[in-house]
Amino acid sequence: MRARPPTYTKFRDVQAELEKSGAAIFRDADGVESLIIHFPYSVNYIHSYAEDSTFFLGLAEGRLKGSKCRKVKCGYVYATPRSHCMICGTATEWIDLPLEGRLHSWTTCHFGSEAFLKETPYNLGLVEFKGVGSVLLARLKECVESDLYIGMPVEARFDPNPKYSITDVWFVPVR
Amino acid sequence: MAPPARFPRPVSKGRRVYMVTGGVTKFAKAHPAMDFRLMVKRAYDYAAKDTPALSPERIDGTRISYFSDHFSRQLKAASMVQDFLGMNPKGSVRIEWGGATGGECFQAAYEAIASGRMDVCLAAGYETMSRVQTWKGNEFIALASDTNFDFPLGGFYTGYYALMVQRHIYQYLRLRKFADVSDEREAQRLAIAEGSRIMGLVSVKNHLNALHNPYAQYPKRLTVDDVLKSEMISYPLTREQICTMSDGAAVAVLCSEERAKEFTDRPVLVTGVGTGTDTMRLADRPFGKVPLLPQERASDYEHLPYPGVHSFRAGRAAGLEAYRMAGITDPVRQLDFVELHDAYASSEIQTYEDLGLCKYGEGYSFTESGDPFLKGIDYGFPTPNAGRIPVNPSGGLIACGHPVGATGLMQAVFAFWQLQGTIPKHFGDKTLQLAAPKRGAIHSHAGTGSAVTVSILERGFR
Repeated sequence: MRARPPTYTKFRDVQAELEKSGAAIFRDADGVESLIIHFPYSVNYIHSYAEDSTFFLGLAEGRLKGSKCRKVKCGYVYATPRSHCMICGTATEWIDLPLEGRLHSWTTCHFGSEAFLKETPYNLGLVEFKGVGSVLLARLKECVESDLYIGMPVEARFDPNPKYSITDVWFVPVR
Repeated sequence: MAPPARFPRPVSKGRRVYMVTGGVTKFAKAHPAMDFRLMVKRAYDYAAKDTPALSPERIDGTRISYFSDHFSRQLKAASMVQDFLGMNPKGSVRIEWGGATGGECFQAAYEAIASGRMDVCLAAGYETMSRVQTWKGNEFIALASDTNFDFPLGGFYTGYYALMVQRHIYQYLRLRKFADVSDEREAQRLAIAEGSRIMGLVSVKNHLNALHNPYAQYPKRLTVDDVLKSEMISYPLTREQICTMSDGAAVAVLCSEERAKEFTDRPVLVTGVGTGTDTMRLADRPFGKVPLLPQERASDYEHLPYPGVHSFRAGRAAGLEAYRMAGITDPVRQLDFVELHDAYASSEIQTYEDLGLCKYGEGYSFTESGDPFLKGIDYGFPTPNAGRIPVNPSGGLIACGHPVGATGLMQAVFAFWQLQGTIPKHFGDKTLQLAAPKRGAIHSHAGTGSAVTVSILERGFR
């Protein structure tokens, strides 16, 4: 049995009051009608940064907070902080990261999910710091696609009006 | 290629498990006339029609997979599938594991049989992604990245994969093929152009294979130039190098050895299952050592920081476990084909390396030499080694579509039909049927590589 390519055409709008909500009847190639309605949905989450809170509070003060495993024999250093070490499970301590680093990788996004479409194109970079075992994902600003390359020196900038989001920090090329 | 006559069997891990039938709906941008329950029912009915002995009474229980409650706007939706199929009051559980949801569902059904808990288990999966606009859909998918550190930066998985392939290109093309170019930025530009061109070959392959697969959503003949000139989504990934969102369902019926003969004289044996994981955040990936496959040596990777963001450690771990269980020590020789999770042309090349189809760093040359292409298809460029180890003969996710909860099961069904030799019957076209394949691998992948499953399927009849 071969699967038939589906073709659907909007067949007719239903009555005015339904139409206002975006309802319509669609009919497929077999004449099967489907009533389609719109169903809006929104929610305002009460989100706790919990053990990551110090990092986001740090951004508001112009500081980049990483973390370091407290176990001396391990000592893994994280650019994206983790409250507990992923290698040995020991609790970490907060450290200040340098505000300069290098691009470990980068891209320019010409699309994004719905919430970010209006910001396109935007650049993303993974930033590596000297002596740090992991990297940090952030926006790259004051540069365009053709400026960017792996290994490029970049430095942190902070939003003077913090939104308490990872977007409170971004990186720019070191001039 | 014919496998060696004998290879060492590992210690048994429970009862032998067979796949006896499967079904897939046509994957499409939207199926407004079918909700998720009816889609699964259609896939089930197809599987049952192919195996007339199958009926709900003979099934002991189910494993049902879908990725996101957001897409269906219906929580506990798996219960409605169970209900619609007439399976109550048998046992069931919903499986979710990001992009690897379908692959996990297959293995959950495997475990139900191997453990002796069931003799016949239905694995069913679906996704209805058309219920929201494309860019809202991208947002839902991106909510499967860390919402503290990753999502607020753009909420965009293609961006994450672009970051990964940029580093892969740097590691293996800039530092090797273009090692002699002294101007750093020029060397990187050349490497990205070369990597993009080779990713284009993968996109052409998968779209073209799909021309012979009536279930595929986007079959087409493309040139590398078409791929590279399609819309730039996240540099360097273009639209034709990325899978799309789909509506679709797939089912697989697994059963014990004693019961298999009730359903088919062409059963397929599941000889290996493996899973692997990695950090949710790309930024946390370590820079360590490669877990080696039998054909590799530590000296192959002396100065390679692994996995970094260029490779999928979860895929390697899943492959290692599945290969060990199936007794596979030389994947290219012992596998006849692979259906892998090519959500991006880049991740197909990265996965060749994770699964040991070539060494780390050889993915681009492996592609160019034609190894993963099918023999007998004119792709519009030379493919000298075509047929050595066909990858995604079905067209993969790039051309078939990716209704997440169904995708890993779709791969199982296509692999099952390949091993049965029934592709001509199910596709109405014999082009994609390999000559008497004995063994294939399916590979299902989640997140930025945060979870991967690999299953090995073998012909279970003479």
